[in-house]
Amino acid sequence: MSMQTPATQSMFQPNQMMRRVMGGAFVGVGVISILISLGMLVYLVLDVAMRGLPWIDWQFLTSFDSRFAERAGILAAIAGTAFMMTMTIAVSLPIGVMAAIYLQEYAKESWLKSFIQINISNLAGVPSIIYGLLGLTIFVRYMMMGRSVLAGALTMALLVLPVIVVATQEALRAVPSSIRDASLALGATRSQTIWHHVLPQAFPGILTGNILAASRAIGETAPLVTIGALTYVPFTPESPLDRFTVLPIQIFNWTSKPQAEFHDLAAAGIVVLLLVLLTMNSIAILLRQRVGGTSRRRIG
Amino acid sequence: MQSGWSEHNLYRRNWARDLRERLIAGVLLIAATVGVLTTLGIILSLANETIQFFRIVSIVEFLTSTSWTPLFSVQTFGIWPLITATALTSAIAVAIAVPLGLISAVFLSEFAPPRVRSMLKPALEVLAGVPTVVYGFFALIVVTPFLQQFIPGLSTFNSLSAGLVMGIMIVPLVSSLSEDAMSSVPQSLREAAYGLGSTRFEVATRVVLPAATSGIVASIILALSRAAGETMVVAIAAGQNPTFTLDPTVPVMTMTSYIVQVSLGDTPYGSLSYLTIFAVGSTLFVMTFLMNVISHWVVRHFREVYD
Repeated sequence: MSMQTPATQSMFQPNQMMRRVMGGAFVGVGVISILISLGMLVYLVLDVAMRGLPWIDWQFLTSFDSRFAERAGILAAIAGTAFMMTMTIAVSLPIGVMAAIYLQEYAKESWLKSFIQINISNLAGVPSIIYGLLGLTIFVRYMMMGRSVLAGALTMALLVLPVIVVATQEALRAVPSSIRDASLALGATRSQTIWHHVLPQAFPGILTGNILAASRAIGETAPLVTIGALTYVPFTPESPLDRFTVLPIQIFNWTSKPQAEFHDLAAAGIVVLLLVLLTMNSIAILLRQRVGGTSRRRIG
Repeated sequence: MQSGWSEHNLYRRNWARDLRERLIAGVLLIAATVGVLTTLGIILSLANETIQFFRIVSIVEFLTSTSWTPLFSVQTFGIWPLITATALTSAIAVAIAVPLGLISAVFLSEFAPPRVRSMLKPALEVLAGVPTVVYGFFALIVVTPFLQQFIPGLSTFNSLSAGLVMGIMIVPLVSSLSEDAMSSVPQSLREAAYGLGSTRFEVATRVVLPAATSGIVASIILALSRAAGETMVVAIAAGQNPTFTLDPTVPVMTMTSYIVQVSLGDTPYGSLSYLTIFAVGSTLFVMTFLMNVISHWVVRHFREVYD
């Protein structure tokens, strides 16, 4: 504008009014867009609760699936979820934590370290259904585990491994290096330092990361559908090689049926699943706040 | 008594201890390579079955035909109906998630008081913690009947409600990554703009947003990749019809829904329809992998460095 007209005092128009209105309007738009997202969440939870809660009773929690909605329950799904998750964590926690310790405490800056690191962040972006295809070829077919709890648990363990590694690395990074220096200066070896001083400090953070990883695995459906976790399982799995079903698959199964009663059953299953997740995440948040009270505070 | 045995021990190398340390380091390294082995396993298993698939089906047909009927008696293997369905649902999702997520991020990062922010941010993250099967249920049982009141021709299964719900689901992905990008813009830039008399809105839109562009673009690409790989919402709500269309009101079949459909059926191991899910899976893997790589590349090459 200044090219065409000489700069006179009247040319400067602060236009304060308009500019302030824009800011105020944006705050409105911002609040609305957050409320849209959160409103959807609230609506989802309320709707599911209204449909599902009347169906949740002792019979629902202690029965197997059935062709009749009144007799159907989630016993097999709960047992399958609990069994599979126990094995998933038993495999992924030690491997994930050890991998993180290697990357954070042992590896020197080298091509190997950055290769492993980049690889882990890429794995986190692989769609979960691809892990299902991996589990199908490696565990179900090649290792001949069949469509078992074990195959499902190992597939899930690989799926959550990147989450655990990244969370553990973050927890280790938050441990002040003065603690390592002090321990090493007193003659402890590297592994003794990590075992006796670094890990205890990082423990709440590692636990939080693992709970979040587990809550991701509990809700995952696609990889288990792909490895062929059964949708009708009238028994609780006893051995790692038994066939199984899990809560999200049971919900998927009921949602896919045309009858409205089964949709209400699916809603009841969702209520149970959300309650489990809520409990786990509350524990994780409590732990995180406790960490925030001790070592993390130093950084701020 | 002053034989100095402790001195002797102090300066002698403790072979047992060194060996133990080395062993521990070795075991840790092995654990760290599990991730690499997983990647290798994914690539090898996908590649192996996909190569077998292309021994039977021509790769030209796969990449050019617009008809996908591998489970019918007259089999055709054109991937395009699955790709357009995936693109359609992902585009709807991103069209919802980007405005909502970006505006939320600007609001949280530049406008909201710290107290409000510390409450709203975790609340938004809850959206990302809800299992995808729950969103699928919501799309099919709640959103579709609701939309049918306004769109008479909307079928029970359609990409519109699947895409809308998927969009809400990935809002936290866009908002938290964009917010990270914005909060890493140096405070001095904001202060300089305020010093020149800018309002808060001008600082946000003309200083912070341009400076954070690379991170925001990366978050959008990641959101697209996430939507393309998302399975349960589309498998439940978008339908099982491999139609070559961009009409959001009719049933379609995404790449992921196809894999689910075949997995639910009784497909004999090694049969042609068993192999198709790997060909489709490879296509999906390559597409999402490329998007993730591009997103990392954008961050690295277009980042504004102010130090």
